[in-house]
Amino acid sequence: MNNDIIKPENLVYTKTPVLNDNPMHYCPGCSHGVVHKLIAEVIEEMGIQEKTIGVAPVGCAVFAYNYLEIDWEQAAHGRAPALATAVKRLWPDRYVFTYQGDGDLAAIGTAETIHACNRGENITIIFINNGIYGMTGGQMAPTTLEGMKTATCPYGRNTAINGYPLNITKLVAELEGTRYVTRQSVHTVAAVQKAKKAIRKAFENSMEGKGTSFVEIVSTCNSGWKMSPAKSNEWMVENMFKAYPIGDLKDK
Amino acid sequence: MKEEIIIAGFGGQGVLSMGKILAYSGLLQGQEVSWMPSYGPEQRGGTANVTVILSDERISSPILNQYDTAIVLNQPSLDKFESTVKPGGVLIVDPHGLSRMPERTDIQVYSIDATEEATRTNNQKTLNMIILGGYLKIRPIVKIENVMAGLKKSLPERHHHLLPINEKAINMGMDLIKKIN
Amino acid sequence: MSEEVKLMKGNEAIARAAIRCGCDGYFGYPITPQSEVMETLMEEEPWKTTGMVVLQAESETSSINMVYGGACTGKKVMTSSSSPGVSLMQEGISYIACAELPCVVVNVMRGGPGLGTIQPSQADYFQTVKGGGHGDYKLIALAPSTVQEMADYTVKAFDLAFKYRTPVMLLADGAIGQMMEKVVLPEQRPRATEEEIRANCPWAIVGKPASRGRNVITSLALKSEEMEATNIKLQAKYREIEKNEVIVEMHNCEDADYIIVAFGLCARICQKTMEMAREKGLKVGVLRPITLWPFPTEEIKALANKCKGMLCVEMNAGQMVEDVRLAVNGKVDVQSFGRLGGIIPAPDEVLNALEKLVADNA
Repeated sequence: MNNDIIKPENLVYTKTPVLNDNPMHYCPGCSHGVVHKLIAEVIEEMGIQEKTIGVAPVGCAVFAYNYLEIDWEQAAHGRAPALATAVKRLWPDRYVFTYQGDGDLAAIGTAETIHACNRGENITIIFINNGIYGMTGGQMAPTTLEGMKTATCPYGRNTAINGYPLNITKLVAELEGTRYVTRQSVHTVAAVQKAKKAIRKAFENSMEGKGTSFVEIVSTCNSGWKMSPAKSNEWMVENMFKAYPIGDLKDK
Repeated sequence: MKEEIIIAGFGGQGVLSMGKILAYSGLLQGQEVSWMPSYGPEQRGGTANVTVILSDERISSPILNQYDTAIVLNQPSLDKFESTVKPGGVLIVDPHGLSRMPERTDIQVYSIDATEEATRTNNQKTLNMIILGGYLKIRPIVKIENVMAGLKKSLPERHHHLLPINEKAINMGMDLIKKIN
Repeated sequence: MSEEVKLMKGNEAIARAAIRCGCDGYFGYPITPQSEVMETLMEEEPWKTTGMVVLQAESETSSINMVYGGACTGKKVMTSSSSPGVSLMQEGISYIACAELPCVVVNVMRGGPGLGTIQPSQADYFQTVKGGGHGDYKLIALAPSTVQEMADYTVKAFDLAFKYRTPVMLLADGAIGQMMEKVVLPEQRPRATEEEIRANCPWAIVGKPASRGRNVITSLALKSEEMEATNIKLQAKYREIEKNEVIVEMHNCEDADYIIVAFGLCARICQKTMEMAREKGLKVGVLRPITLWPFPTEEIKALANKCKGMLCVEMNAGQMVEDVRLAVNGKVDVQSFGRLGGIIPAPDEVLNALEKLVADNA
């Protein structure tokens, strides 16, 4: 192979240094890695690495702190918005964000989510919604779709038994305290670019004192869903997007 | 000097604030003081009581089972506290609302028609100050000027115009109290 | 101005002392009998003076996690609650202990179990000193007995929390919270500046400067070897605290034939009992542990060698008595007297229990 073409002027892509070289523990095809990269790029582009504080959840993304070169706190299950509330109020000139999955944010942490948003904490909440508990092995999440099979609803989510998929993003958009509520995905190049813009906007908002920014990323969990990454993306578009349509829910 | 007092009555009669004014007065004349209230829903209408201790020395227990003085303003409080007055001690009652008078003979029992007087002057809120005046007549443990200064401290500034009415009530209490045994 | 003597409730003293000692943040949820802590702070509006943050959270769960988040920043943060609320906080306290973060948690105890009563109690002794949450951890526990001590030990609690990077519990009861006594508040200390935090707390979450790697505060270590190492480090710290930080108060213990052991409000009631007993010619002393953990084991052991018996008096069914018995190790009779469910023992009841101890050991 001819290495002559490796010259600065030929560089077309470089990984942001905010994302380190630690090998990620996420499954191949998982959306987490892409979202991590987008956050890292936004931090680099905004030049706020020294001023950004992340709060990691419990769930697959508990190890988010291994990959982004910023200061991190790791919360108890569901409590990330409470930690972020305190951090932002004690360090008001820092960019503070939580990174949470659907179980963390919309089941055990529902109260913390709703109340942080209702108080209008000037933080960013990144919400990864893949409709399943990944880390504990594919159990039902609050956002699991009707009929969708998981380890704890092996015959499909039955609303008579399990209730309905929780559209928490819609709920959060209703609250006076939220400023920007959007739902994005990262399954295509175009979607990735839009998601990145949304994340950047959310981060920028957090210095304006006008309320909480909430970015849902409808995601896949190919191991939990027991599908190939490609098939997962198709399934997500066909099914998840119906329950959780992509787009801005609120931008004020 | 050490005076251990229980003040008891219905919530709303100003039991807790009477104790507070006494405690403030003691503080202002350099005494050790403690004010231990019963607390909870009784503050809103049930039976309330407060233990106040004024002492020249450090106060050990703020909780007592015997008192130098008991001031009782309703029947349940009389039933509960009559037996807790130390022999030779003082029991002050407002006969209004009592279905029986105190029975003990080994203590000094005083009566003060404070509720009646407060009603007559159309100033229910001075009830506790009338009683405080009566008490201080019997047990002059704090100076009236310190009581007034204590009252000033425990009242929010917007109520300071009420100070003269309260002083008048204290004086009235001193006149009204009478020994009944 | 600092020498001014004021009359205030124990709960109020905690709030005012917190502002004075440079506390950066209070996060709480109302519960009787301690709501005056947050009420006083909200009335004082310290964010306008010292810059202290005060926030009413949606639950005790959230409060303690705000404290966790805030403690990560290297700032002085605290919460307060009463027994049922403190039960809810146990998960967070375990995380904070494991992550080695400084903070102060106040428990103004009420009678349990369950929703119980709002009246004073000491029934959370076990929860406090034996570890109310999961895992092998300890809290430094300070038990004030006067309103003045509510103020003084709030300050001391923060100092110990930062000295050892560990949560400190101020364990009071509803009576001390609600009663008023004279207080001299501590001198106003400035809040720590960002520079001081960066210098004194290199572990703190302040935002990663280019000069160092990222700070990560977590209580997670999936590899057992790592988790064992974390535990060994914690235990070493706990041994250090046990060696250095025991605080105990003794009254007339030198010549005492019988020792009453009691903490908090009970210790004051027992002093009254001691006075009554001495008038009757009984040589009685009172030993009052001020730190419930670390426990004054050595002091009790020493007294056990020269007294005839001990009586442990608590507002519970007999919790601290277990630690007294461990210290005494069978040398003398240790009896227990307690009132339950929110009842404060009266000095004469304690005297009866003491006289039984004397009769049993005559």
